[in-house]
Amino acid sequence: MDVAFLRETFLRLLPGVPLTLQLAFLSVSIGLFFALLLGFAMRARFAPLAWLAHGYVFVFRGTPLLVQVFLIYYGLGQFRPFLQELDLWWFFRSPWYCVLLALAMNTAAYGAEIVRGGLQSVPAPQVEAARAFGMSGFTLYRRIIGPLALRQALPAYGNELILMVKATALASTVTLMEITGIAHKLISETFRAVEIFLVAGSIYLFLNFLLTRLIAWGERKIAPDLALDKPELKTALVH
Amino acid sequence: MRFVKLALAAATAVGLALTASAAMAQQRKVKIATEGAYAPWNFVNSAGKLEGFEIDLAADLCKRANLDCEIVAQDWDGIIPSLTAKKYDAIMAGMNITDKRLEVISFTQAYASGPHGMMAAKGAKFASAMPTGRFNLTTGKAEADKAIEQIKAAVKGKIVGVQVSTTNANFVNEYLKGSVAEVREYKTTEQHDLDLAAGRVDFVFAAHSAFAATIASPIGKDMEIVGPALNGGILGRGVAVGLRKDDNDLREAFDKAIAAAKADGTIKALTQKWFKIDMTPLS
Repeated sequence: MDVAFLRETFLRLLPGVPLTLQLAFLSVSIGLFFALLLGFAMRARFAPLAWLAHGYVFVFRGTPLLVQVFLIYYGLGQFRPFLQELDLWWFFRSPWYCVLLALAMNTAAYGAEIVRGGLQSVPAPQVEAARAFGMSGFTLYRRIIGPLALRQALPAYGNELILMVKATALASTVTLMEITGIAHKLISETFRAVEIFLVAGSIYLFLNFLLTRLIAWGERKIAPDLALDKPELKTALVH
Repeated sequence: MRFVKLALAAATAVGLALTASAAMAQQRKVKIATEGAYAPWNFVNSAGKLEGFEIDLAADLCKRANLDCEIVAQDWDGIIPSLTAKKYDAIMAGMNITDKRLEVISFTQAYASGPHGMMAAKGAKFASAMPTGRFNLTTGKAEADKAIEQIKAAVKGKIVGVQVSTTNANFVNEYLKGSVAEVREYKTTEQHDLDLAAGRVDFVFAAHSAFAATIASPIGKDMEIVGPALNGGILGRGVAVGLRKDDNDLREAFDKAIAAAKADGTIKALTQKWFKIDMTPLS
């Protein structure tokens, strides 16, 4: 192993980290907002709304993210006069906005399923009990359904967050120079694919290590009894 | 009875296979990688098959060298690492001979050589400020440098698209990076052509031979070649077969075949068929 080369590669990949984090953070924030809307919409009593939400999730979960990126970037790029007329071209002209849109729409679909699953996991007797105490509407959600659903949803959503950090690598396919983009460029300069991808992989691993710690901390916070390796707490709460 | 028939059929099949392999025994199996996204050098046609100048040339060279060749498509940005990792034995993908590539792989003599330059939307204003004509970065360095200075002034503030990991990318990064607003690097030339059509980049830098194919296609109807035709120097010493450094037998076989194809006019005929011009390298 050529340590000096690994070090140099690491230093040249570092400038890609902010873009990776920026894409991941923004797409997840926007995506979460729409995931909540969609998750509730999927359980809506008004059937057409539920169908629409289910349809959205079906389409975005069922097609590869890479295809979505290409469709938005190169596909819509061919409708430039139309988009210019709508005054939207400034948005679709930029690879950054296009990737952000694709990532956010994608994670919104997966997130919606997680929200729906979380809401569905709340046992009916608990809701009935809450209603018996006179809770309804917002109070019911804030005090009973919300916390219980969140406890169920967080592990799955943590998974989704990790997937999104890795999904930002696709930005390199439309000329954005994040970690993977720079790695490809370095390989083309040095032809040393193994070392460069090893370093790039390690950077993602480190980012996701921090992220998993954060998620685990959140899990312990909201559900100490469900958290891993705390059997004494679990029994204490059951008895 | 049925079993006997089956056994007979199996025996015949084995016999046939044995005779066939005996006939092929002295032919070396060679796997050649191409990109499949660089028309007219190599591309995937509407039937999903590889086609182009290099596909035709490979068939000709392999016949001359008595090689049993198979052509596979490989992404450009991993094409050299996969050669050294022995995923295949040769590269024929419009790849120019450069010093940097020679550090890692070896090349045969060049089998084609053509100019590089710029393509922009028809009537692009900045293009009129650029010189035209042919310049060689090695043999006519003084004039070429002057032309490059004029190009630098003309492209100030523009966005350029170029394929990653090519001699074209080297040229753009070496000479134009400080002048243009942004250099965008694409995986294939098809992709930067799409973005030129969409107006996301102001011009692209690639081989003139690739531009000809784009201009002839529907997306290229509003594009034209602008500025000078450039050769030599950082742009490489012509397109050749890339091989592993230690594969001397194969290099000799291809070298001989290329020399013969040059001598009898095959390369001239094939470049004229695909590029409409003679791109036989001068030896």
